[in-house]
Amino acid sequence: MKQFKEIWRTFRRRPMGMLGALLLLSVVFVAIFAPWLAPYDPKAAIAVKPEDLLTPPDAEHLLGRDDAGKDVLSQLIYGARVSLTVGFAASFMSMFIGTVVGLVSGYYGGRIGNALMRLVDFLLVIPSLPLMLVFISIWGRGLWKIILVIGILGWTFNARLVRSQVLSIKERQFVLRARALGAGHLRIIVRHVFPQVLPLILAEAVLSISDAIIAESSLSFLGLGDPMLVSWGMMLNFAFERAISRMAWWFLLPPGFAIVWVSVGLIMMGNTLEEIVNPRLKTHHLFDPRCMVARIAGARPKVEAEGAME
Amino acid sequence: MAILQVRNLSVNYLTDDATALRAVEDVSFSLDQGRSLGLVGESGCGKTTAMLGVLRLLPAEGRIVSGEVLYEGVDLLDLSEREMRNYRWGKIALVFQGAMNALNPVRRVGDQIAEAIMIHESVDKTAARKRVGELLDMVGITREMAGQYPHQYSGGMRQRAMIAMALACSPNILIADEPTTALDVMIQAQILDLLQNLQKELELSIILVTHDLGMVAEICDDVLVMYGGKTAEYASVDLIYNESLHPYTQRLLQAFPDVDNPTSTLASIPGYPPPLDALPPGCRFEPRCYCKKHICAAESPPLVAVKPGHYVACHPDGG
Amino acid sequence: MQRSDYLIRRTFFALATLVAVVVFNFFLFRILPGDPVKAIIRSPRLTTAAREKLRVDFGLDKPIFFDGERLREGDVAGAFDTQFTAYVRALLRGNLGISFRSRRDVAEVLAERVWRTVVLVAGAETLAVVFGMALGLVSAWRRGTRLEMTILLWALFSWGLPTFFLGIVLLLLARGHLPVGGMVVPGLKPEAGLVYWVDVGRHLILPTLTMTIIYTSSYVLIMRSTAVEVLSEDYILTAKAKGLNTFQILRDHALKNAMLPMVTMVALNLGYTVGGAIQVETVFSWPGIGRLMYDAVQLRDYPVLQGVFLLLAVSVIAANLLADILYSVLDPRVKPE
Repeated sequence: MKQFKEIWRTFRRRPMGMLGALLLLSVVFVAIFAPWLAPYDPKAAIAVKPEDLLTPPDAEHLLGRDDAGKDVLSQLIYGARVSLTVGFAASFMSMFIGTVVGLVSGYYGGRIGNALMRLVDFLLVIPSLPLMLVFISIWGRGLWKIILVIGILGWTFNARLVRSQVLSIKERQFVLRARALGAGHLRIIVRHVFPQVLPLILAEAVLSISDAIIAESSLSFLGLGDPMLVSWGMMLNFAFERAISRMAWWFLLPPGFAIVWVSVGLIMMGNTLEEIVNPRLKTHHLFDPRCMVARIAGARPKVEAEGAME
Repeated sequence: MAILQVRNLSVNYLTDDATALRAVEDVSFSLDQGRSLGLVGESGCGKTTAMLGVLRLLPAEGRIVSGEVLYEGVDLLDLSEREMRNYRWGKIALVFQGAMNALNPVRRVGDQIAEAIMIHESVDKTAARKRVGELLDMVGITREMAGQYPHQYSGGMRQRAMIAMALACSPNILIADEPTTALDVMIQAQILDLLQNLQKELELSIILVTHDLGMVAEICDDVLVMYGGKTAEYASVDLIYNESLHPYTQRLLQAFPDVDNPTSTLASIPGYPPPLDALPPGCRFEPRCYCKKHICAAESPPLVAVKPGHYVACHPDGG
Repeated sequence: MQRSDYLIRRTFFALATLVAVVVFNFFLFRILPGDPVKAIIRSPRLTTAAREKLRVDFGLDKPIFFDGERLREGDVAGAFDTQFTAYVRALLRGNLGISFRSRRDVAEVLAERVWRTVVLVAGAETLAVVFGMALGLVSAWRRGTRLEMTILLWALFSWGLPTFFLGIVLLLLARGHLPVGGMVVPGLKPEAGLVYWVDVGRHLILPTLTMTIIYTSSYVLIMRSTAVEVLSEDYILTAKAKGLNTFQILRDHALKNAMLPMVTMVALNLGYTVGGAIQVETVFSWPGIGRLMYDAVQLRDYPVLQGVFLLLAVSVIAANLLADILYSVLDPRVKPE
């Protein structure tokens, strides 16, 4: 618990991290309060006239209307819910699987460990987007299918990370001590090893949420999103298929900007957390050497026997 | 003729919260051409820092806050970085502690030595390569090894290669920082022999940085004992061994096995060196000193010439 | 470690992965609900002759993997006379099935379009690696300055940019100035010689630019952390002590050491690069493998989908093996024997 307080205290002082958190929280806010914030209900059926289709922004529709006459802004607001749901759920799944695999393979080592790592290597070599495309196109579309597919393909990186951490923690004093006291393996893993790895996992989890959101938007853009829901990627799919020739920027740009907004926020947060948990070297040998000689004028301490020192 | 004169050199390290750690305070010595100096002290006493300061190779947090480093009369601390580069290696060369990674692992050893030559002298590649061969001969490495990579050298060979590289531009001064750490005893003896031969053949001045007083006795003419960043005692090797005055020096001498008296007990000095962020106001050795007096904790003793050529920083009896 | 040992191990791993991918690819299309293979047979779009050919080639009336009955009868060889073996046999002959939509051989379609994607990916990756390494090295060297911050922020920003969206933005911006769709102006044929190729080049600009921007960011980040570590190694201090200036140190000591991990990273990243190619080809209608996959998804053209997936997976495996070989050549610590 104490180390989380430490981490938070350091995080608070990093402008990039805090800005990222702000970006994320604003989207979370919009997602939660969508029904109150959105001027229209995207699911409601409306009567449209031909001139209502793809209209640019005006007073009644701040971001204009899409190719079906619906309000773009409302869809944008509700889209936050889909993106965040997929992001958090898929990330949680990846982190969970990855952590378990990493813990087991790192702690037990030996053949199980190696076998698991071979599996990781195998999955890493398979190109992820094509595999996701294949899965969804055969299996069918749907929110949970997307979450599952992204989650199942995203755990490998985390597994590797956790494993290498566990390998180094395994030999540390407090673990050896626990073993000498007769603690069972599971207990050691849960009580001693896991808390050490948790901060790093959290940093990676934040980054993986952004990966998941981008993956979902890519899948939706390519036509494999959940047809019952409006996600930013789906909006872009419709916009691209139907509105690109009309240069309907109000339909084309906002969903993309929204994706970038939340992703960059998560990335800045995650990057900052990663730097806190796993600090990188701040200096190296090739710095500007001009400040090295900094003699304070007249600051010669009194010393006997100056002059002829033999 | 003094080839290097260091006067009142002080080096600080800046920490994250802008406090200054006084790693080296007011160190002075003088080195004549052909004579060698032993810089002795425990780990962390500032000896490496002082040497890095001389060559202006401190890490980013290092600041030289006072002093002069006179090489043949020129104050190196006044020079620009570009002028300084001419002195590095060409006039004063430095062999680092722990040669494990001091050589670039993806470049051939011979190339790295040749690089040193070509930086300072305008010779072509073939001439440089020839010189590399001569240097390797000098340190006892077969010439063919020039085409190998550092990981193919043994620890002792790497150290000798570093020495060969240090001599590439015929410097006047060679600073050897703990040249035998992590090497086994046989190799240590080899390296020492090598340094002694080089001293004789090349009239090389060596500054030997070490915690091993035994090594110092074999190679050096003068000894500067450092403690807690300051000079404790500075005198010729004879005086240090036979008439040492500083309690720390005396303890150091007792801490090393005496080959003439193998059954005498080895003394270790209890306690730890002072932390640089919490230096005592008085003498820095006082907490561990066995003959301290009231004044020692209150006032830092000045470095005094007890007799010509023998300097000590210790409050005399009856203070 | 010995180089030959290392290479043997990596080759073995690559082959094992290849086999696993083939098996995986086979089962993927048969086990999942909505058995696409049966669907193909039932499709009215195929001629009777084509349907028969598929049935024979892929043994679609036989059991999928293993024939338990025949094994019990003692017919071991017969037990393996299944869809799977038929599939493998067809694969070895270069037969990847028939496209649902175009009724052409999948292998033929792939062969026709593959070079277009290769040109796109190779160009973008090369540029991305060069820029990524340069910017990464500079930002590591200038650690703690505003320049580093700027480069870092830019890299983090492009990391959060979906590839297809950047494509859309560039498309909107460049419309009217640069060609935004297809490979050539309609009607222009290769027979026109240089004019044709110049036009292809013009059409290649936006897709390549999109991919380059996105992939530079990951290489910048990797190079930056590698370079900072390299620049704090002891041998850099030795170089300084020898009297080398900053530029010489960067060029002669830092660069080679920092490049080594990049080789591995480029190969590992290839999976993502391929995903980016799919998106970019879709946005710019570039008629390569990526666009083919997109169309196949839309039209449920399963044979093509399966074929493209196999091709992509095999390419990435091969590229990784090449990278391993290259790494072992470049790093002298992997000893030749």
